[in-house]
Amino acid sequence: MISFLFKGILRDRTRSLFPFLIVLAGVFLTVAMYGYVKGMETNVIRFSANLRSGHVKVMTKAYAKEAEQLPNDLALTGVAALLADLQKAYPGFAWMPRIQFGGLLDIPDDQGETKAQAPVAGLAADLLTPSSQEPRLLDLQKVLVRGHLPLKAGEILISDELAQKLKVKLGEKATLISSTMHGSMAMKNFTVAGTIRFGIRAMDRTGIIADLADIQDALDMRDAAGEVLGFFGDAIYHKDEADKMTLAYNARNSESSDEFQPVMQTLAEQPGMNFMIGWLKYAYSLIILIFLVPMSLVLWNAGLIGSLRRHGEYGLRLAIGEDKGHVYRSMMAESLLIGILGSIAGTALGLALSYYLQVKGIDISSMMKNITMMMPTVLHSQITPVSFFIGFIPGLLASVSGTAIAGLRIYKRQTSQLFKELET
Amino acid sequence: MENSILIKTVDLTKVYPMGGQSITALDSVSLTFRKGEFAGLVGPSGSGKTTLLNILGSLDAPTKGSAEVLGEKVETLSHKKAAALRNRHIGFIFQTFNLLPVYTAYENVEFPLLLLGLPPAARKKAVMDALDWVHLADRAKSRPNQLSGGQCQRVAIARAVVKKPSLILADEPTANLDAENSHHILHTMEDINRELRSTFIFATHDEKVIGHLRRKIVLVDGKVAKDEVIKAA
Repeated sequence: MISFLFKGILRDRTRSLFPFLIVLAGVFLTVAMYGYVKGMETNVIRFSANLRSGHVKVMTKAYAKEAEQLPNDLALTGVAALLADLQKAYPGFAWMPRIQFGGLLDIPDDQGETKAQAPVAGLAADLLTPSSQEPRLLDLQKVLVRGHLPLKAGEILISDELAQKLKVKLGEKATLISSTMHGSMAMKNFTVAGTIRFGIRAMDRTGIIADLADIQDALDMRDAAGEVLGFFGDAIYHKDEADKMTLAYNARNSESSDEFQPVMQTLAEQPGMNFMIGWLKYAYSLIILIFLVPMSLVLWNAGLIGSLRRHGEYGLRLAIGEDKGHVYRSMMAESLLIGILGSIAGTALGLALSYYLQVKGIDISSMMKNITMMMPTVLHSQITPVSFFIGFIPGLLASVSGTAIAGLRIYKRQTSQLFKELET
Repeated sequence: MENSILIKTVDLTKVYPMGGQSITALDSVSLTFRKGEFAGLVGPSGSGKTTLLNILGSLDAPTKGSAEVLGEKVETLSHKKAAALRNRHIGFIFQTFNLLPVYTAYENVEFPLLLLGLPPAARKKAVMDALDWVHLADRAKSRPNQLSGGQCQRVAIARAVVKKPSLILADEPTANLDAENSHHILHTMEDINRELRSTFIFATHDEKVIGHLRRKIVLVDGKVAKDEVIKAA
């Protein structure tokens, strides 16, 4: 009997191929959409993490309290030893010392007199060590508008907008005027190596990026850094793990009243980030739900219609002497088989597309030229464990429940109408 | 002809609710059918032929009265028991053939035997025998869309008789066939009736069918107007 029914499924495209394709398409779209939305969430978090907060960040207690003021007088010292400790304690992590600083950028003329001047907000990271991951994390190659990345000490990148405002050309001198970590005046000459555009209003108006060693030298911060950013090895923010790690790290120094003790904060603990992560999760869950519900309804309806269409066949089978329960079970088995096969195929295709987008991404930079929101310009999908089963919700549950409801009509059927139904 | 009683109805009544009113499709029908009969329910549309056939086939239950088919009281049968009765003892032939289009003639005929749980070898023999009776053994692998209307009805007959049922109910079996095919079909059914001793009951108003009947029961407004033996077996 099973092989008889199986033959029917294989031969009748309206029972097999079309329902299979509908389930496949629905599941494919669900999995791909979920991966894309999840990827967007991760991308936005990753972008913030790479640029500002890391997945975890180590600062002094005092710096953490005033972090928005960028108080380099409260910066970490003995950074080389701290990095060694962190690398030993958390071997899977990448640790990046950074300095955020403010000051004036002065552009001198041929005589050395000030030609133009503007306040700047700077970021110092290790740009010159060949093995450094910082240029990749900051996505410098992609945000570079003109020139080249710093290749030697004394070279900086400034925002393209600022460069135009200051009328500074590539290769020209620029003097940073700031204050050292000890409070005295600091001046250092740089060469403009290139201009950049992040697509973030604040950074594009006043941003400069310099090599860490140059700024340590300029601000008298040898072996010091405002913050040390930590990144998970897989570049994905794992909130629970980060929470545990931070708790354990801070517990070691909880008794100390030393304001210069290092403390660790997670990405979510940093100003605005908790709200942003919460909002993103809420918004993306809503998008997925909005997509999942209609997709489930479509597949539920497909299951329903597919079964109603075959009432004549079921009527005949009942007339020949098949038990109603047997007809119902065979309908469910068929629907389950189509649902499983369609869900597996749809999930495989959805994962394949998600994987491609996870690796390659979609470049939306052309759409974001005038957008000031802090958003990455290349959106990647992300495959998570949920990606492997989310498609089964519409693919299996919805289509099978549609068939189950349609099948109940077999029980409600008026047998006196059977011949009439058969002959229509 | 054997004289054992296969079907006995007593004061069989069927009333259908229709809006606020009710329609009496069968009104106190009392009939008896014996093994091996070749009988027909004859009458105009709405006379109750199909309703009576439905009840005799355990597809419906009477509102009042009793219908005993092969020793089972139809009015007390559960869905499961009614299905079992149809499965083992009753074959149906429909006006529109109702073959399963994706299956071959062989597979359509085989289907009732699958429900009976017969082993493959026994199934194969029974199916080929049935196709032989209707002279379609050579078209066993053809699907319904590769067969003519007459051939389709012959496959339907083979499906009805393959399990050698005691009772075969045929509702307007020749309505969609031309005269030549109708006669072929009716001859085939007469042969099977003789060979298997199955009881045939037709619902029809087709003169071609009436000409082959050995017993004619005329229904008018749900009542038996005439019950006559036309010719001996």
